[in-house]
Amino acid sequence: MLISVDEIKQTIHMIQSEHLDIRTVTMGISLIDCIRGDFNATKKAVYDKICKVAERLVPECEAIEREFGIPIVNKRISITPAALICGGAGPSQCAELAVTLEESAKTVGVNFIGGYSALVHKGFTEADRALIESIPEALAATTRVCSSVNVATTKAGINMNAVREMGLLIKKAAELTKDSGGSACARLVVFANAPEDNPFMAGAFHGIGEPEKVINVGVSGPGVVKCAIEKVRGEDFTVLAETIKKTAFKITRMGQLVAIEASKRLGTEFGIVDLSLAPTPAVGDSVARIIEEMGISNCGGPGTTAALALLNDAVKKGGIMASSHVGGLSGAFIPVSEDEGMIAAVRSGSLSLEKLEAMTCVCSVGLDMIAVPGDTDASAISAIIADEIAIGVVNNKTTAVRIIPVPGMAEGDTVTFGGLLGEAPVMSVRKADSSLFIDRGGRIPAPIHSLRN
Amino acid sequence: MNKAVITIIGADRVGIIAAVSTYLAKVNINILDINQTIMEEIFTMVTMVDINEATKPFDEIYNDLNELGKELGVVIQIQRTEIFRSMHKI
Repeated sequence: MLISVDEIKQTIHMIQSEHLDIRTVTMGISLIDCIRGDFNATKKAVYDKICKVAERLVPECEAIEREFGIPIVNKRISITPAALICGGAGPSQCAELAVTLEESAKTVGVNFIGGYSALVHKGFTEADRALIESIPEALAATTRVCSSVNVATTKAGINMNAVREMGLLIKKAAELTKDSGGSACARLVVFANAPEDNPFMAGAFHGIGEPEKVINVGVSGPGVVKCAIEKVRGEDFTVLAETIKKTAFKITRMGQLVAIEASKRLGTEFGIVDLSLAPTPAVGDSVARIIEEMGISNCGGPGTTAALALLNDAVKKGGIMASSHVGGLSGAFIPVSEDEGMIAAVRSGSLSLEKLEAMTCVCSVGLDMIAVPGDTDASAISAIIADEIAIGVVNNKTTAVRIIPVPGMAEGDTVTFGGLLGEAPVMSVRKADSSLFIDRGGRIPAPIHSLRN
Repeated sequence: MNKAVITIIGADRVGIIAAVSTYLAKVNINILDINQTIMEEIFTMVTMVDINEATKPFDEIYNDLNELGKELGVVIQIQRTEIFRSMHKI
């Protein structure tokens, strides 16, 4: 037998007992050729194209799951940022497009469709304004549509007008979906340096530099990494990093295999494998628990940022050789509501908003799935966004904010979104008034890239 | 050659190998290699097979083996070998 029995057993053990899975196969589809003179005709063209191009996505992925015995948790679609195909449409028409996207997602059987998006890092077009204004209504009217707005890049600086606007819109989106804990905000991401090929929701969109259609794959595997490093307790950091690298290599090889197979069967170009360690709310699938396994009693305690830096770097080093093309976000995710260990850390008082912000300096993707009190001011939300976006802009990396001001809830309450979105303890926001800062508007200039200190 | 790995894990009893190999012969699947152990009364069998000449499509074989596993009180899984090769071989 060319493959040893032990290797076969190891792979099966990873899948059955350590939550190894393919987190998402995401098909990126360009909708540029759907633009028509009449907006109703555009909507029809969008629906028809998505249904035609992605028709086989779910059945082919299910066949791969069966044949290889590896679960593919999500099958998803990302589209051209919708603002680019909404020229001339008003906000209510844009929201109609969101409903069209929802219908197409239902028809092809995907649980999320991403790309109800605008890229406004330098400024707004009229279409951007209309689309952004429509985001709260669009998300409230749908359950599968995901939205993102890129408000900054390292080269352009930060569009603080957009940051201010997003604070207001996030409040509005939460209010419109107050019956479900402000769940619309779980499908809304504010980005700095948004990647064009990210397969993960809610921030996925099909960037303008991408081909007609493409397959991007996101792997998972926090549980596998944790189990691997349990075996090297007490060993030094070299051994720890090597162990994570080897594990990340194996995890990523799964992603590469599935990506190649899916793109072949769907007649679609293979884009990238995203190396992110993506947790789920399931016990044994947590990034926080990896950090704790490294020797920090509670995630968020002193040492957490260093531990996360080591983890993130080792995952990339291990993964990079395992795939022919790596991209997307490629870093450890630290969403609060989607990570059982993070939830426990917040409840125990060891993990605060500020510590999470510090952690995002060394990993992707930012302040993710953070629930804050419902009475948090829009200006405070904008200021939290500005802080996080500044980290991305200055450090030349992607950062993002997905924050939910839960209507009617206060610090210590718990909001439940269910499924992969999990549940989140409402975290405290420092009491200070940042409204004069946010009200200034305009743009924060792009940072200097010499004299780096 | 189209190869797959069949793994059987569960409580040991008489006739597991017989039942599985009888089924494989029926659908014209050739056994290339068998490794079988009993660890702490748990029966574990790993089999490499050639599915090139199989008379049924993969999905049906997958379902049949699932059913057979239920009858025998074990878990039977069939997976194409690429998953193991890609994870463990460069």
